[in-house]
Amino acid sequence: MSLTSLWRAATQHRLFWPVTALVALLVINVPFTPGFFEIHLKNGHLYGSLVSIVLFGSPLILVAIGMTLVIATGGIDLSVGAVVAISGALACLVVSKQGNEDAVGGVLLAFALALAAALVCGVWNGLLVARLGIQPIIATLILMVAGRGIAQLITSGQIITVNSGAYSLIGGGYWLALPFSLFVVALVVVLSMALTRRTALGLLVEAVGGNAEASRLVGIRSRRIKIMAYVFCGLCAGIAGLMISSNVSAADGNNAGLWIELDAILAVVIGGTSLTGGRFHLGGTIIGALIIQTLTTTIYTIGVPTQTNLVFKAVVVIVVCLMQSPAFRAKVFGARAQRRGPARKTPGVPADAPQQMEVSP
Amino acid sequence: MAEPRPVLEMTGIVKEFAGIRALSDVDFRLFPGEIHALLGENGAGKSTLIKVLTGVHPLDGGTVVLDGRPVRITSPLQAQQAGIRTVYQEVNLCQNLSVAENILIGREPVRAGRIRWKELRRQAAQLVTRFGLDLDVSAPVGSYPLAVQQLVAIIRAVGSGVAGDGGAGSGTRVLILDEPTSSLDRDEVEELFALMRRLREEGVAIVFVSHFLDQIYEVCDRMTVLRNGALVGEHLVADLGRVNLVKLMIGKDLDELEELSEHHGQSQAGETVVKAEGLSRAGAIAPFDLEVRTGEVLGLAGLLGSGRTELARLLFGADTSDSGRVYFEGQQAALREPNDAIGRGVAFLSENRRTEGLVPDLTVRENIILALQAARGWTRPVPASQRDELVAKYIAALDIRPADPEAKTGSLSGGNQQKVLLARWLLTRPKLLILDEPTRGIDVGAKAEIQKLVVSLSEEGVAVVYISAELEEVLRLSHTMGVLRDRRLVARMANGPDVTAGRVLEIIASGEHQ
Ligand SMILES: Nc1ncnc2c1ncn2[C@@H]1O[C@H](COP(=O)(O)OP(=O)(O)OP(=O)(O)O)[C@@H](O)[C@H]1O
Ligand SMILES: [Mg+2]
Repeated sequence: MSLTSLWRAATQHRLFWPVTALVALLVINVPFTPGFFEIHLKNGHLYGSLVSIVLFGSPLILVAIGMTLVIATGGIDLSVGAVVAISGALACLVVSKQGNEDAVGGVLLAFALALAAALVCGVWNGLLVARLGIQPIIATLILMVAGRGIAQLITSGQIITVNSGAYSLIGGGYWLALPFSLFVVALVVVLSMALTRRTALGLLVEAVGGNAEASRLVGIRSRRIKIMAYVFCGLCAGIAGLMISSNVSAADGNNAGLWIELDAILAVVIGGTSLTGGRFHLGGTIIGALIIQTLTTTIYTIGVPTQTNLVFKAVVVIVVCLMQSPAFRAKVFGARAQRRGPARKTPGVPADAPQQMEVSP
Repeated sequence: MAEPRPVLEMTGIVKEFAGIRALSDVDFRLFPGEIHALLGENGAGKSTLIKVLTGVHPLDGGTVVLDGRPVRITSPLQAQQAGIRTVYQEVNLCQNLSVAENILIGREPVRAGRIRWKELRRQAAQLVTRFGLDLDVSAPVGSYPLAVQQLVAIIRAVGSGVAGDGGAGSGTRVLILDEPTSSLDRDEVEELFALMRRLREEGVAIVFVSHFLDQIYEVCDRMTVLRNGALVGEHLVADLGRVNLVKLMIGKDLDELEELSEHHGQSQAGETVVKAEGLSRAGAIAPFDLEVRTGEVLGLAGLLGSGRTELARLLFGADTSDSGRVYFEGQQAALREPNDAIGRGVAFLSENRRTEGLVPDLTVRENIILALQAARGWTRPVPASQRDELVAKYIAALDIRPADPEAKTGSLSGGNQQKVLLARWLLTRPKLLILDEPTRGIDVGAKAEIQKLVVSLSEEGVAVVYISAELEEVLRLSHTMGVLRDRRLVARMANGPDVTAGRVLEIIASGEHQ
């Protein structure tokens, strides 16, 4: 294979543009933050900008993974931010009610209750969408709005702070020199990949999202599949809620996970999963979430004025999305590609010659 | 006939998809006032040629000359403005818009910037009536069966050309019909042919794609044959007999008469597989009784809208019934979902592969395995080795091209997509196989293969319900015939030498038997 064909193969890979965008964003930081790529060991913990990006990006990665499955079924979940708030609030409430906030038992109980609440939220969304047939965007809007209120109720309108070493582990602690949240994310990623690709769940989800009526006629229990996706998404948001509240040792019903649904949806789209449902790409989603997180970091490090940082973010996202579109690339780089095109088809050169060469061993 | 200047001339057309050639160096010309058949096997490149002409796909090489001027058509809209009207193979109407809106979309009657809805419906109704159809034009298109949708797409394309009111249709130079008759009954086909002949008189050049050779010989003047994306030849219809035509298409001899001789014989009166008593659904089909035994092929005949598909859907649980009972192997079953029927060994190949069959984004392998996988549930994936073996076996058995399990199903040619769906259900080894227009869009050679397949399945004891707009096909294959008329099962009889197409048509027309 020649270098150009290698290049062409690489640029046509699904993850090429997202990865390029990620690398570019990282490199942009270097002039502003000397030693951006450095990672050093301090007190047995790894520190560095890259580590922080992963650490602070963990909740988003989790939420985006759950969102990927929901979007693949042809739905969307706007309520993940509210679920983050509910889960964090409930966990902090339980921990703060313990006599000894450091007690592992109490923290585990808090986790269990928070995740149970997240699960209930997922079931609720799933039932509204799959059983009652409400449009996903409306169905989850209900919990998006009401969920914040529920979180406020749990915290009685206050910000609950906790002071528990055990609780702060999941979102801010370290293990084996690495942020503990990294292990949680890795576990969820491995589990979700196994769940979707080792079983037939991934295929059935893609079928339901790709053609709902055909899936029904082929005997897929699409309601069940959809409910599962929303429950999984709720659980992911629940874990993310634990991380966020643990990271700041406080539960803020108003602001925890605010707008995370939008970042998550962006991450999914940048990762190459179509909003119309069908094919989904968990790997792409993870890259997408890292891009969003790096972008947030970059906005701070290069000192984009706060008033304009959302505009800046929007511009970058648009550029990444456009670069991924073959139609757009054809328009922009098309002139060159077209000049190259007919050259291969000059009468003297049989166009199938290179193909044959590649086929023969 | 002195040859005038062609209205359209395509030369050296090349089209590649991801390095694979779908068209290589194809020439195609079209004269005004002719009906030109575009012929070839499934996957030969007919639809692709049409799509590069109408700007759906960009051209990779070659030139297009329209009316003596070279043109570069890059979008379907541009094609339309250039006077090229197209009905694509897969009906692409807006399912949730009304028939009237679909027909007049893009040229709605307006006054002061507002659509005149009443006028819109009136015009649409007029067009529909001229076509001999009786439709409520304000109903959504999606509520009508596929055949009606196909007609609506045709009416949309020829539009006011039929009305003869000097509207946009008068600018039509070229009309392209990609398998317009694949789900039509003979009456509608006649109607369509009459229309095509009228347009031919007016000097419109018509491209007609069909796998029905009878239709080609009935209505076409000239034909172009493609094979594997290459041009094989252009001939006057009068100059080329059937046998030679088939030879050109498939590249070898096919004894067309090798097609099945009448098969009905005796079914070995096996056990009852399915039995329906007074099954009905309001607005779809009146209460009917029905029984199919192992090894029996029950053919359903009837006109468009007679309720054939609706009957099949009730047996499969695709729709719920209002009254009556169904028994599978003697046991009463409540069919709320297709799933309930599938669990009892029923398979249903829908006539509408685009909206009710394919998941176009998934690969051929995934589409083929889907029904089997759904039956096993998500926790028990079909083991990879077994899966690949089964998929390879059915790709070979049905000669699906390209024979690549990784190909995206949406990129296959229409006939090959149909085969994928057939494979999907065969894989589940059903006890009752309901086939609704299984040979829709399938080429001559493969059609005979599929008919043979049905026979051998029935010999293995599978009960089959066979629906086809082609009466001869139904008569050839079935042991028993059911005739439907006006959403009612009006006759049921054993097939035999005395059951002829004429007699069935008589029953259909009079509604009298029993
Ligand atoms: N979008 C696409 N991407 C990749 N391959 C394609 C695409 N569209 C068509 N092809 C390939 O091009 C070839 C020709 O397909 P085409 O649809 O033109 O066949 P056809 O002659 O219309 O057949 P049929 O009678 O089954 O409709 C097929 O091998 C098909 O797989
Ligand atoms: Mg075709």
